[in-house]
Amino acid sequence: MSTSTTPTRTSRPDFKGRVSGLPTSAKIVLWALFAVFLFALPLLNIPFITTADSDFGGVLFTVSTYVLVALGLNIVVGYAGLLDLGYVGFYAIGAYVVGVLSSQHASLPWLVAVPVAIGVAMISGVILGAPTLRVRGDYLAIVTLGFGEIVRLSLINSQWLNGAQGISNIPRPPGVTLFELPSLDWSSGAPVVDLDNTTTFIKFGIGDFIPYYWLALVVIGLVLLFDILVKNSRVGRAWEATREDEDAAELMGVPTFRFKLLAFSLGAAIGGLSGALFAGKAGFISPDNFILLLSILFLAAVVVGGAGNRWGVIVGAIVVGYFPERFREFAEFRVLVFGLALMLLAIFRPQGILPPRRARRVRRADEREEHIEEGLPDA
Amino acid sequence: MPEPTMKQSEAETDSVIHTEVDITPLDLGGSTVPEGEKLLEVDDVTLRFGGVVALDGVSFDIRKGEILGLIGPNGAGKTTCFNVMTGVYQPTSGGIRFLGAALGRRKKFAITKLGIARTFQNIRLFANMTALENVMVGVDAHHSTGVISAMFRLPKHRHEENTGYRRAFDLLRFMGLEDKANELSRNLAYGDQRRLEIARALATNPSLLCLDEPAAGFNPAEKLRLMELIRSIRDQGYTVLLIEHDMRLVMGVTDRIVVLEFGRKIAEGAPAEIRDNPAVIAAYLGVDEEDAS
Amino acid sequence: MQFLIDNFAALTVTGLAIGAVYSLIALGYTFVYGVLRLINFAHSEVFMYGSFAAVWVVMVIGGHPGGSIGQVIFWVALMFVAAMAMSGLVAVLIERVAYRPLRKRNAPPLIALISAIGASFVLSETMGLREKIAGWFGLDDTLRPYVNNSRNNVPLPSIIKPQGVFSIQGYEVTNVDIFVIVGAIAMMIMLDQFVSRSRLGRGIRAVAMDPEAAALMGVNRDRVIRVTFLVGGVMAGAAAVFYLLKIGSTRYDVGFILGVKAFTAAVLGGIGNLRGALLGGIVLGLAENYGSALVGTEWKDVVAFVLLVVILLFRPTGLLGESLGKARA
Repeated sequence: MSTSTTPTRTSRPDFKGRVSGLPTSAKIVLWALFAVFLFALPLLNIPFITTADSDFGGVLFTVSTYVLVALGLNIVVGYAGLLDLGYVGFYAIGAYVVGVLSSQHASLPWLVAVPVAIGVAMISGVILGAPTLRVRGDYLAIVTLGFGEIVRLSLINSQWLNGAQGISNIPRPPGVTLFELPSLDWSSGAPVVDLDNTTTFIKFGIGDFIPYYWLALVVIGLVLLFDILVKNSRVGRAWEATREDEDAAELMGVPTFRFKLLAFSLGAAIGGLSGALFAGKAGFISPDNFILLLSILFLAAVVVGGAGNRWGVIVGAIVVGYFPERFREFAEFRVLVFGLALMLLAIFRPQGILPPRRARRVRRADEREEHIEEGLPDA
Repeated sequence: MPEPTMKQSEAETDSVIHTEVDITPLDLGGSTVPEGEKLLEVDDVTLRFGGVVALDGVSFDIRKGEILGLIGPNGAGKTTCFNVMTGVYQPTSGGIRFLGAALGRRKKFAITKLGIARTFQNIRLFANMTALENVMVGVDAHHSTGVISAMFRLPKHRHEENTGYRRAFDLLRFMGLEDKANELSRNLAYGDQRRLEIARALATNPSLLCLDEPAAGFNPAEKLRLMELIRSIRDQGYTVLLIEHDMRLVMGVTDRIVVLEFGRKIAEGAPAEIRDNPAVIAAYLGVDEEDAS
Repeated sequence: MQFLIDNFAALTVTGLAIGAVYSLIALGYTFVYGVLRLINFAHSEVFMYGSFAAVWVVMVIGGHPGGSIGQVIFWVALMFVAAMAMSGLVAVLIERVAYRPLRKRNAPPLIALISAIGASFVLSETMGLREKIAGWFGLDDTLRPYVNNSRNNVPLPSIIKPQGVFSIQGYEVTNVDIFVIVGAIAMMIMLDQFVSRSRLGRGIRAVAMDPEAAALMGVNRDRVIRVTFLVGGVMAGAAAVFYLLKIGSTRYDVGFILGVKAFTAAVLGGIGNLRGALLGGIVLGLAENYGSALVGTEWKDVVAFVLLVVILLFRPTGLLGESLGKARA
């Protein structure tokens, strides 16, 4: 096992090679450090990265919803190869289910409403997918586009959902007040611990969005784990085979429709989860939060990053979610810029910034093969 | 040494086939047919596309344990026949019985699961998946791991992954592809891709393996090895239906032959009978008997 | 229900007029789909640019209410020329920039669709930010009337006063209604003749049927594709004029909803089928007007989308089937 971990494909050990060559314990430490860094990011207030014009915690939360949504959409677009242009519809459904159950028509706690939101989003994914996933891929794009608009228009027109005014007073996630965490102040040029500017661990209040970002990080971690486990199984292989050649997959015994529907509804569920998270942070939702443009930005996140590679789409989501906030002065040009980016990527780099990394898979498979060979009685 | 340069390049890409590896069909508890009995019956199948008659009242059967050749000139309806058997097309009239039951309007994947697997005339591997993963997709045909099992790494998932990978790897070894298990299938040499397609089809544990021109593009030496391979697949307990253009290959490897022309069956019998059948010679070669020899 | 019955004539005339506009836009989708097998997502922007060209040309020449008949005809003719030229140009530009590089590499259709989505956003945002963009060149003051309120409705200066010509069931059918319906249908008949009679039309059908065989027979595929985009664009330009005459204003994102509806019309009639586009547009126009009378106008767009989903469900090849050449899966 340990003998094979030295990289054989490249002669000079690059950063990636060196990291993967480390013993498992060191890897765990590195990952833990990275996680701590992510959690501490809004407190560190690192110059240049930190957004000056808007609350950094809020920005980080927005970026993490993009990441979450992109991970969900990646299952649909990247793994199963289905172009979904109405993903915002599921995001809206998730948010509105929370709004309805916790404020508009009932007063369930946020935590209870979230699983319902996920479930409803998933079911609506099945309802939309069952008739449309049989049609050709490019038709699906238009149907889902229509779906996104149907959801938004229905929200506006439905008095039961309070129409264009939206739903307010959505309860926050439950918290426990444990201790205060100070943040860093860089105004003097060097970091100084600023004891006046603290964040309560862990209180979901108004004005300080850092705890919401922490919550989002935890959810992202869980979704990532789910993603990795499911992708690396029969389900992931079936998605990939379907995307590569649907007819051949079907003839090799893959019930392609069923797996496409599965991808679609899992994506919808994650979209609904993101919406629920958003509702819990915003406290107020209205149809204006769920315009078509969001669907396109979500898609841009996936495609820009590299559809099919979860790390790629995370990068893509950060690009799409973070840059407009960091460079507020250009915010009105962002659609133009993303439109341009989509075009340029399609033309020059259709696989995205970080295309699916086959090498990584091959390495993993090598290990598996060794495992099998060792296990063989006659080998 | 004859043709040294050719052989050299070939030796680099070709690897040893381990036909001794045990790849006998798994017993999955389905219905079985005794050796020599009818496995699949094509019963008066007609298929029309608009005004074109692709298959016209074709009937034949495939017996368990044999290698049946399906031959005929271009456009005779051989691949169409495959497509009807595997559920790609529904026959306009007539039907197919497999393991004693009508295929009816079963979905393609359900037919595969029932025990008919095929390869494609134009290679249709999953290009961006590794050779091993390609075979695993076939093995997965009989697996049932879903999201829940995968998510919680339940015993079912672990068991299916372990036995599945072992089976897939055995199949690759059988085909001599074990060194290329982790290559992306699109990077494989042409001959390897052809053999990988067979491995992937075998992975679905078929009672009937349908090979659609597996020797297309092969040189004589490769064809010889392929014949040997097909025979050893049969010897491991599979029934094989073979579409092939190369008469020598078909004559050498098959037990019986069915000849199609213009969608109609014009002859059926042992290779020796077919070889001497004037109708076949006329149809197949489109010339007189004496010119054929 | 009573509302539907009482206003049946009005709903029918409006439905026919707006349906005729859908049909003309749908032609662009159907044409490109027939030849290239892909959805030209950016086609809606082709329409939008045409509508702006038409509005601007009227502003430039100073069209005003109460012009003489001759003047009005001249203004409308200029609108057509400007809109068709602009739309044709934009359509050809889209083909050149967003599609041709992909075609050269045989990119999968989904990539082409993503490129088209990108192009669509670039085009509509460029229009929506025209005040800023003009500002970069110091032209915002010079062009003030044209770039003002970039993100709002831009009205067409009123040049025709709709006048009742005859009335059915108490609804005055106006000269504009008649002009839009008759004009749009006349354009489509002309196009149908062009495709079935002319040499270029034969080329288009040949490429749609079998690109490789067409190439072997000496049809210049690139040229045919360019012409296809051009013709689709010109039709969208005409649609823009009819739309303006009927609705009276446009805006930078007008294309989106109209585009989705026109695409629905194309699918409804059978994408790739010219006569299907006509039928689909009319059916959709009528259906959404009747439908909104039943369930409320605010649900009008929802009716159209639901119709799209239902068609794909029960008859994915559309009412008339898919055939510019012949349908291929």
